[in-house]
Amino acid sequence: MMDQTQTPTGLSRRTVLKGAAGLAGIAAGSGITGFPYIVKAAEPKVLRYLGTAVNAGDEISKRCFADTGIKIEYITATTDDVTKRVITQPNSFDVLDTEYFSLKKLVPSGNILPLEAKKIKEFNNITPVFTKGELPNGKKIGGQGTAPWKVLYLEGKNSKTFAKSPTDFVTLIPTVYNADTLGIRPDLIKRPITSWSELLNPEFKGKASILNIPSIGIMDAAMVVEAAGLHKYADKGNMTRAEIDLTMKILTEAKKSGQFRAFWKDFNESVNLMASGETVIQSMWSPAVTKVRSMGIPCTFQPLKEGYRSWASGFCVSKGVTGAKLEWAYEFVNWFLSGWAGAYLNRQGYYSAVLSTAKANMAPFEWAYWMEGKAAEKDILAPDGSLLEKAGAVRDGGSYDDRMGNVACWNAVMDENDYMVRKWNEFIAA
Amino acid sequence: MAAAKPRLARWSDQTTAWLQALPLSFVFALFFLLPLALVVMVSFWDYNDYEMIPGFSGRGYTDSFEGCLAELPNLCTILKTYAKTLKLCFLVWLLTLLIGFTVAYFLAFHIRSKTWQIALSLLCTIPFWTSNVIRMIAWIPLLGRNGLVNQGLLGLNIIDAPIEWLLFSEFSVVLALVHLFTFFMVVPIFNSMVRIDKALIEAAYDAGASGWQTLVNVIIPLSKPGIVIGSIFVITIVMGDFITIGVMGGQQIASAGKIIETRLNALQFPAAAANAVILLGVTLLIIAALSKLVDVRKEL
Repeated sequence: MMDQTQTPTGLSRRTVLKGAAGLAGIAAGSGITGFPYIVKAAEPKVLRYLGTAVNAGDEISKRCFADTGIKIEYITATTDDVTKRVITQPNSFDVLDTEYFSLKKLVPSGNILPLEAKKIKEFNNITPVFTKGELPNGKKIGGQGTAPWKVLYLEGKNSKTFAKSPTDFVTLIPTVYNADTLGIRPDLIKRPITSWSELLNPEFKGKASILNIPSIGIMDAAMVVEAAGLHKYADKGNMTRAEIDLTMKILTEAKKSGQFRAFWKDFNESVNLMASGETVIQSMWSPAVTKVRSMGIPCTFQPLKEGYRSWASGFCVSKGVTGAKLEWAYEFVNWFLSGWAGAYLNRQGYYSAVLSTAKANMAPFEWAYWMEGKAAEKDILAPDGSLLEKAGAVRDGGSYDDRMGNVACWNAVMDENDYMVRKWNEFIAA
Repeated sequence: MAAAKPRLARWSDQTTAWLQALPLSFVFALFFLLPLALVVMVSFWDYNDYEMIPGFSGRGYTDSFEGCLAELPNLCTILKTYAKTLKLCFLVWLLTLLIGFTVAYFLAFHIRSKTWQIALSLLCTIPFWTSNVIRMIAWIPLLGRNGLVNQGLLGLNIIDAPIEWLLFSEFSVVLALVHLFTFFMVVPIFNSMVRIDKALIEAAYDAGASGWQTLVNVIIPLSKPGIVIGSIFVITIVMGDFITIGVMGGQQIASAGKIIETRLNALQFPAAAANAVILLGVTLLIIAALSKLVDVRKEL
């Protein structure tokens, strides 16, 4: 399955070359035979863009090409495979779209080049969620795990150490983030769900699921353990060995007693499990819930009293990118933050890093629905134009402030990652 | 007369043979021996979160067998995983052998016309017309809690609650693997069977052997090379599989391949390499045992 997700989508090298040849041909045929023109036509602005499928949309690349002339060649892979590729084949991509928690592995490897804040036009407008760990209204948000602001800056251009205070060198220019929680099937559960502890409630024996991505799955488990009052972690995203043992023990007992129907690893698996009724409660991503709902099956991205587990991603470039290519990369990142893409992502249920530009690109009623937690004044359409919610609907979890203000922890790579992975294998074998 | 050949001619014969073998040897060395040597080498390296550290370390192996002595008499993770993998492998092997042998027998002895033999063996390849993943996923709507089988049984009042073990269980894993790999048994066994001289079967018949005796004493021994080759195909594939076991087992069933995958995803390449070497060792042992039963090269 992974092989499938790795095939580059979008423009292949061949079509790009063909396009270039065509342009050159037109130039020659129309009598404009000036040498520099042909050289320009033969060198299209192409960026190889490595990332998960979150930001990789045909719509985004088309719009980007129309606005800037930059062709985006998507290389989409799963979160784990993106990291693997950066470490092992740093020359196989130009722009990297990855999550902040991966940085603990990527930065020490020396394979990524930090971008300079002063070249990013909207940098000062980036939401303080990333820069200070607080909402625009000043409310502090949970910082357990690899919170973006802990790994946002580097000490210098070639430094492998995260800076404590802001510098000009930014590891990842933030683009998109969200607050994750459990997805449920309200039609099959038929009662309110308010706590993470319900994931391991024997009532849902054989009908629950979590992710089989160890670093995220264990965070969900930790939310459950804390919600059930079994243990209070100093930092769920950086457990001690004893805490890992405890968490895995609780998970293993649940697995042995048949709590889980299956584990999932990618978006579609989670959608299928939920849509087919194999599971009624599981870890889920917001667009997956939307997908289930768009199939006509009730599904709720359920806000829980213990809060959300959050993630965030952003852009940087490969170490080898220099010269004109680096300028295009900056142009692309600036374009991405200039609003159209942000509005596009907001309409998918994610959040844009620069709120003001995204707002300018959304209709007031859309902004009110997606960001302010208000009932939809008109029908809410998905970016592809299909109907998402009828007028009157309210977004799960409410407003931006309610959701992002209620983040309990962030996706993380722990110091004891190696030990955790071994324990995870043990859990799967149990 | 050959013995009288001058030494120079003999030498040139040998050289020609070596030269002829050279391209394949080169490909073999480049694409098999070299990567394998690298895997073995890397398996003895150390590692951290993001890089392999070239320098001798047995950590990949010691981590893999962590707790194996301490946990006795319980099995540690890796032994448990191998026990599970071997169990699945044995079940799949047994079923593919029974089904594959029957299909091959039918094709070889009951279908008289060559055209039909070819047409029907092509029919066996139909499952291979779509991708592995699709063939697996196709089982899910059939076997699920609200799937066709359960709905059918509920509708006929045979059961009053959906059967849960149809999907995301060892049953579904074995079912999918048998579905995917029986063909690898059919082809070599069929290949052995069509070479059996029909006169031998007539002779057995004339000597008064029953159908069963002919099967056991004539056909099975003569099909052995096919059976062994088919078994090697199936066993090596199932031992290394993690995708089918993952998808059909709901990611809840451990397999030797799964351990390697998890390690790779965590960027722990030396540990993954160590597990790959262990898996290779176990698989080679099984194959060595199989080839003890039959000298495949002689039988061919």
